[in-house]
Amino acid sequence: MSQQSPSTLSVGQKKEVSQDAQTFAQKALARAAGCESVEVGEVVDVRPDVVLSHDNTAAIREIWQQFGQELVVIPERLAITLDHAVPPPTTRHAQNHAEIRSFVQEQGIRHFFEVGRGICHQVLSEEALVLPGQTILGADSHTPHFGWLGAFGAGIGRSEVAALWATGELWLRVPESIRIVLEGELPKGVTAKDFALRIIGDWGADGGLYTSVEFSGSGIGVLSIDSRMALANMMAEFGAKSAYVPPDGKTRSYLEAGLERRAAREKDGGTAEEASPSVAESQLFPDDGAAYLATYRYSAFELEPTVSCPHTVDNVSPLSAVAGTAVQQAFIGTCTNGRLEDIAEAAEIVEGRQVAAGTRLLVIPASSLVLQEAMNRGYIQALVAAGAAIGTPGCGPCMGNHMGVPATGEVTISSANRNFRGRMGTTDAEIYLASPAVVAASAVAGRIADPRDVM
Amino acid sequence: MIRGRAWKYGDNVNTDVLFPGKYTYTAKGRDEIASHALEDLDPAFASDVRVGDLIVGGRNFGCGSSREQAATCLVYSGVGAVVAESFARIFYRNAINNGLLVIVCPEAAQAIQGQEDVSVDLERRTIDCASGSFGFPPMSATVQEILEAGGLVEQVKRRLASTRLSD
Ligand code: SF4
Repeated sequence: MSQQSPSTLSVGQKKEVSQDAQTFAQKALARAAGCESVEVGEVVDVRPDVVLSHDNTAAIREIWQQFGQELVVIPERLAITLDHAVPPPTTRHAQNHAEIRSFVQEQGIRHFFEVGRGICHQVLSEEALVLPGQTILGADSHTPHFGWLGAFGAGIGRSEVAALWATGELWLRVPESIRIVLEGELPKGVTAKDFALRIIGDWGADGGLYTSVEFSGSGIGVLSIDSRMALANMMAEFGAKSAYVPPDGKTRSYLEAGLERRAAREKDGGTAEEASPSVAESQLFPDDGAAYLATYRYSAFELEPTVSCPHTVDNVSPLSAVAGTAVQQAFIGTCTNGRLEDIAEAAEIVEGRQVAAGTRLLVIPASSLVLQEAMNRGYIQALVAAGAAIGTPGCGPCMGNHMGVPATGEVTISSANRNFRGRMGTTDAEIYLASPAVVAASAVAGRIADPRDVM
Repeated sequence: MIRGRAWKYGDNVNTDVLFPGKYTYTAKGRDEIASHALEDLDPAFASDVRVGDLIVGGRNFGCGSSREQAATCLVYSGVGAVVAESFARIFYRNAINNGLLVIVCPEAAQAIQGQEDVSVDLERRTIDCASGSFGFPPMSATVQEILEAGGLVEQVKRRLASTRLSD
């Protein structure tokens, strides 16, 4: 835990709490369970709108085969992305992908995304496969990501996904909720990632354990969609079951563009309309006076660039405390921070400069759309000119499969979400987590550096 | 009754040190999965663990990835139970779904010393170690039902069989 003290804290403002007022999590799970309302702590059987899996789909299929079914009962609700080790680094990985493709074919899965399309959370967001108020359960711990659009997203295990394929439903306990309020606008050089790291540093990696983390406040409304995604995504490292950002006009226009993309993709294969209720109709908002375990309030102007030090995400320090630490590798990418805004910031910082000798900069866009747009705007050209290596959209070295595994004793500064020992594939290597701006500034300096000094 | 030695670790034991991510799409079969258990946390574990041994952790045990091998590598290693101050939610579900007993008991988790003999009595719901006997609360009905079925897959098989009969 960091030494910083939280800005202000007010726990359980009892007088405002009303009996019937509901949190977002209660409303979303009541909808998913087909009930009028649900109580916190109640266990309900939910029918998720979308079930996510990725490179782990072949392993899930093996479990599912034990049920003796020929066809999964909810093919239209499955979304499968090849992203974790793409293109496959070994024959075994390639074999794994081949098994997944044959499963997709035999089951007639429409929402399947090939090698190079991008990371599951980003791709499903771009394709508007999940809408506000809906529930997505994913065989991936960063499924709280979908809180960016006001959906209930939770990570589950492989056996649970197999059970969903077989039955369409799964039990969930209705979680308690924590409210986090951000007021004001983030200063230049300070990002949603810094805010997320600050929250985790203040309250610990288990500070949000089992809870739905529900954001609100003027500071959330002014965040871009890319930043909202980074924030909700990082709540997995806070122990949260799900996250929630209230949908607004920005959310709706992003999703409407996605629905058009989805309709175009499905033109031959199916009917986008059937799965596309109006975005506005499905939105859910927590009631005033809903009961929260705690309310944490932050002022945006008090936040600063923040770094998470080896080997736990909650080992957080202000950037100034670790500035100067030499880095051999700088990595910008992942479902947390591989989006257009992130690459734009990095490009702005490296433009006209060179990556320091003795340091390598690796940039892996989170999706093919991000890569295309980053090329259109000249960001990729600027990064390559500065000496960056660009990878295929996907997870890259985030979990140590390939494409950027550090050597023993090396230090990486990364825009990812986890810095656990061995996370990037090497036991004795150090990982610092920071915003893409800090990573880019550090790549140029060859040591951990403050982006505000070069912006 | 579960009896074995305790392998004690600290807070936030994460899924990357329980089972490294680089093996998650390729490791197959019980032996290969068990061989990587705790590889980046305690290199002696995989070769020295004996059937019935217990893992003892602090807060937020199993945080991180949803990878199920973080739980199954312990099952395949013969681990009898994991006792911790608290568990990360996906790890907790994965453990139960694979029939691995996970017990929340902060007092026992703190009192148990590494490598000492520990026993768990499920009937009486107590954990015994050199420094005393500690009670733990009952599991929820949902969790109990899955454990009694022998894991989630078995429970779903039963459910599917009963709906087929009633069709
Ligand atoms: S980018 Fe990293 S954290 Fe995100 S889904 Fe891929 S492996 Fe998981």
